[in-house]
Amino acid sequence: MQIRPTTTEKIAKFIIWTISILVVLLLFFIVTFILIKGIPTLTWEFLTQNPASSGREGGILSTIVSTLLVTMVAIIVATPFGVGTAFYLTEFTHESKATRIIRFSAESLAAIPSIVYGLFGFIFFVIFLKLGWSVLSGGLTMAVMILPTIIRTSEEAILSVPAQYREVSFSLGGSKWQTITTAVLPSAFPGIATGVILGIGRCVAETAAVILTAGSSIHMPNSFFDPARTMAVHFYIMAREGISMERAYGTAALLVIIIFFINLMANMIVNRFVAKSR
Amino acid sequence: MESVLKISNLNLFYNNVQALYNIDMDIKMNHVTAFIGPSGCGKSTLLRCLNRMNDLIENCRIEGSIQLDGAEIYDKNQDVVSLRTRVGMVFQKPNPFPKTIYENVAYGLRCQGINDKKILDEVVEKSLRKAALWEEVKDRLGQNALRLSGGQQQRLCIARAIAMEPEVILMDEPTSALDPIATAKIEELIQDLKAEYTIVIVTHSMQQAARISDETAFFLMGELIEMNTTKKLFQLPNDKRTEDYITGRFG
Ligand SMILES: Nc1ncnc2c1ncn2[C@@H]1O[C@H](COP(=O)(O)OP(=O)(O)OP(=O)(O)O)[C@@H](O)[C@H]1O
Ligand SMILES: [Mg+2]
Repeated sequence: MQIRPTTTEKIAKFIIWTISILVVLLLFFIVTFILIKGIPTLTWEFLTQNPASSGREGGILSTIVSTLLVTMVAIIVATPFGVGTAFYLTEFTHESKATRIIRFSAESLAAIPSIVYGLFGFIFFVIFLKLGWSVLSGGLTMAVMILPTIIRTSEEAILSVPAQYREVSFSLGGSKWQTITTAVLPSAFPGIATGVILGIGRCVAETAAVILTAGSSIHMPNSFFDPARTMAVHFYIMAREGISMERAYGTAALLVIIIFFINLMANMIVNRFVAKSR
Repeated sequence: MESVLKISNLNLFYNNVQALYNIDMDIKMNHVTAFIGPSGCGKSTLLRCLNRMNDLIENCRIEGSIQLDGAEIYDKNQDVVSLRTRVGMVFQKPNPFPKTIYENVAYGLRCQGINDKKILDEVVEKSLRKAALWEEVKDRLGQNALRLSGGQQQRLCIARAIAMEPEVILMDEPTSALDPIATAKIEELIQDLKAEYTIVIVTHSMQQAARISDETAFFLMGELIEMNTTKKLFQLPNDKRTEDYITGRFG
């Protein structure tokens, strides 16, 4: 029996629609579930007090601060390295064995499970460099982990800048450096920023690699060398050890809200730039 | 008549495939010189030799000599940046940066380290006036250049090149992406500009070459077949191949 093209198209459309709706519903269900369970806990006190008696009481202030610090270290370290590598690969080398090796390594690194990064960070930063379980070890480990993402998104962003911008810039007497900073970078910026923001998202959400490198101390870190517990880790420990489901959900709700705003920000940056270049 | 650019015995290879053969030609000051010839004959390639844009292409090898005002441009000591400020370029597709009209025109100056607002204001206005665009954009210099029409964008690109006060302006099919009215405007502009600049233009339209150029060079498969005043070349070509091409008897 022959199926008419219009019929196949209808069937295909139906399947795609159903799957899309399922995905959206699933996301909606998870998010609503967490928000309903968690939002009642999200009081001002919960956000501004440090945890007490292993998290059974008090708030989550120290974990919020820890998350911020670990993420900050990761971004400050990974962004220049990642963006620099991407520019090196695209603008300063011709396609060669070396660039292929770098690119392949970056791609492989992106596929490694986070726990492996955690192990690496533990062996290298915590033990070998004697940084101990600390904000610094955690941040550096996260930096290594998000580096491939930043390299790849930046590289794609740079490659999608029309070649003509470079040509024009050179034809106007622009040097290589000026061409990159004034003709290429502004157009590549939204893509690069998206990569960095995705990196922030991963830092905020990571547990395994952070437990192994920053530790799980519930106390407020006083320096980058102190151990720390990020929100995701806090949630994990609270839920796993059944300390307080209520507070675990509160933390999760805040995490979900933060991730939502991070993604919103990424979208806004991209749209702003797209609108500007129209 | 004084020549600005003197090309002698120029050979060019892309990956060891020869694209230009023994080109000899003089480009006269304050003249419009047109390059014509079938697709792939090397017009753009030669044009891009004149401001060393081919340097950006990997595996492009050049032999021979090109002199600008008597100085070899492929000399080891030649500063490419300063060469490109003296030989400007306008591309086939209008290609303003996604920046404001003002910043587009000021781009080259800023690359030279000129950031003085008074100087920039002055140059931007002067360049836009010369490119016959000032009246249309003077009230919206801060607007994104991509919002201009195609023809306006191309005149902006000309203004951007003019802002550097080059001696020579190279144009590679500058009107091929434009409608007839915008094309006419650019052609008129080229006529005005030749009082101050030497212009080399690649065109696929023989009518355009006949209308706007003083000299025409006809290329075929990487060779310069014939170069003469436009009038002579179109009325009384020396070479049979030129005649075939301009009368349209060519595949
Ligand atoms: N970057 C490059 N690498 C290799 N070969 C090239 C390159 N650019 C041009 N060529 C070759 O050189 C020859 C001349 O090309 P060129 O672009 O100069 O032709 P053209 O006369 O400008 O053609 P058109 O009228 O279609 O623009 C062609 O055979 C082309 O394939
Ligand atoms: Mg061409």
